[in-house]
Amino acid sequence: MTKTPRTSTSNLLITSFLALVFLFMNLTPVNAQDHGEESHGEAKEFNPSETIVHHVLDDHIWHFFDGHYGTLYLPIIVYSSEKGLDIFSSKNFYDDHHNLVEYKGYSLDHGLSLVDNHEAFVLDLSITKNVLTLLINALILIIVFRAVARGYKKNAGKAPKGIQAVFEPVIVYLRDEVIKPNIGNHYEKYLPYLLTLFFFILFGNIIGLLPGAANMTGNIAVTLVMALFTFIITNVKGNRGYWGHIFAPPGVPIALKPLIVLVEVIGIFTKPISLTVRLFVAITAGHIVMLSLISLTFIFGSIAVGAASSLIVLFINLIEILVAFIQAYVFTMFSALYIGLSTAEHEHH
Amino acid sequence: MELLTPGSGLIIWQAIIFLALILILRKLAWGPIIQSLKQREQDIEGALQSAEEAKKEMEKLSADNEKLMAEARAERDSMLKEAMAVANKIKEEAKEETSEITSKMIADAKATIENEKRAALTDVKNQVATLSLEITEKLVRTQLGGAKAQKDLIEEYVKELNLN
Repeated sequence: MTKTPRTSTSNLLITSFLALVFLFMNLTPVNAQDHGEESHGEAKEFNPSETIVHHVLDDHIWHFFDGHYGTLYLPIIVYSSEKGLDIFSSKNFYDDHHNLVEYKGYSLDHGLSLVDNHEAFVLDLSITKNVLTLLINALILIIVFRAVARGYKKNAGKAPKGIQAVFEPVIVYLRDEVIKPNIGNHYEKYLPYLLTLFFFILFGNIIGLLPGAANMTGNIAVTLVMALFTFIITNVKGNRGYWGHIFAPPGVPIALKPLIVLVEVIGIFTKPISLTVRLFVAITAGHIVMLSLISLTFIFGSIAVGAASSLIVLFINLIEILVAFIQAYVFTMFSALYIGLSTAEHEHH
Repeated sequence: MELLTPGSGLIIWQAIIFLALILILRKLAWGPIIQSLKQREQDIEGALQSAEEAKKEMEKLSADNEKLMAEARAERDSMLKEAMAVANKIKEEAKEETSEITSKMIADAKATIENEKRAALTDVKNQVATLSLEITEKLVRTQLGGAKAQKDLIEEYVKELNLN
């Protein structure tokens, strides 16, 4: 964070781009090794891939700008199998020069994950940057939609007004064009979940685009939980037709049945995985592209490049707003589709 | 790789916050919003339906009116026709009666004339007979002596005269 981004070498440029490629392509932790080597060799160099990954990941502090007051130290809540529950400020992990230090036998690995120095099991329940953003997002949603609901009480029997008029078309569109066609007649009990899902993702995506904000909907834990909610609803509410199609697929020769059943069972799990990865990748990729373009300025150390990349970043930012809507729509649509598939009233056979 | 390993703490927080958010928003927002939307849609549906019904009613009313008008017109026409027929009949009857009366009057007149004529003729004959008798009497008185012979002769003449 406090490193001065001045010098640049073509070697560094190539490795950083390679690192970016690895971010998308490679699931093995090759990058972590790259980081290690780089930080050993050129300690004071500007390292774009490290900076970018650090920006995209969750953190125990919220860094707004350099300087004494630029960082918000968030509370650490940790449960360890050896020491039990402990709550303290993340400020304890940093000394006066913003270097990482140990505290109470815990330390922050690369400033990211909390580890026990005696390698005991640790459950990190800290209010991290993303947890705080989750809470802020939830609070905004509650405030906004309470206001919308109040609008209905106030303008009962009249045309919608103000914030109510902004969100009503969206809610009606989701209900009539996304949820109803995918689920069918019994769609109403799934409305609260799917509407919450859509607006949570949409607001989260947009909050994530604000300067200094956390990449909340681009975090795989956040998307995983939402996908699991859909997964649980799909399989708990799944009716005989749904399970019948999986374990006794109609119209399939007996010889092929084991294979088809295997594919269908895998299909149960690929649905939440695709939901998880799609949203995570779409949002994180957007953030990485923007951060990479901004990094170009520091790599070249040139104002001209800065001006050019700012223009491109502005353009990408507009696209990201579009992506924010599209991904919220897609997640909701697929959730509705999966729920609809598992609860559909099959009349054939 | 940090990016692809979901943090357990964040999973727990997200699960709690997201579930709480669904429940809170269902109670505070989605419930009332969806209820109001449904209510409004039903109201609109109802209003449209009653408008449609009113339109149908109006159509029925105007059709009834049309029918009434047509009936009234037909009645008027038939009344006019009837009246005309009655008038014609009366006229015809009057004409017939008049011509009957006229012909009767003519016939009466003819009969009267015939009678008058006959009476006049009889009278003329009688007078001629009387006159002839007087003349003959005077003539015979002077020419014939025997009264009986004379009278026979005269009667014979009168008979001859009477044939006319």
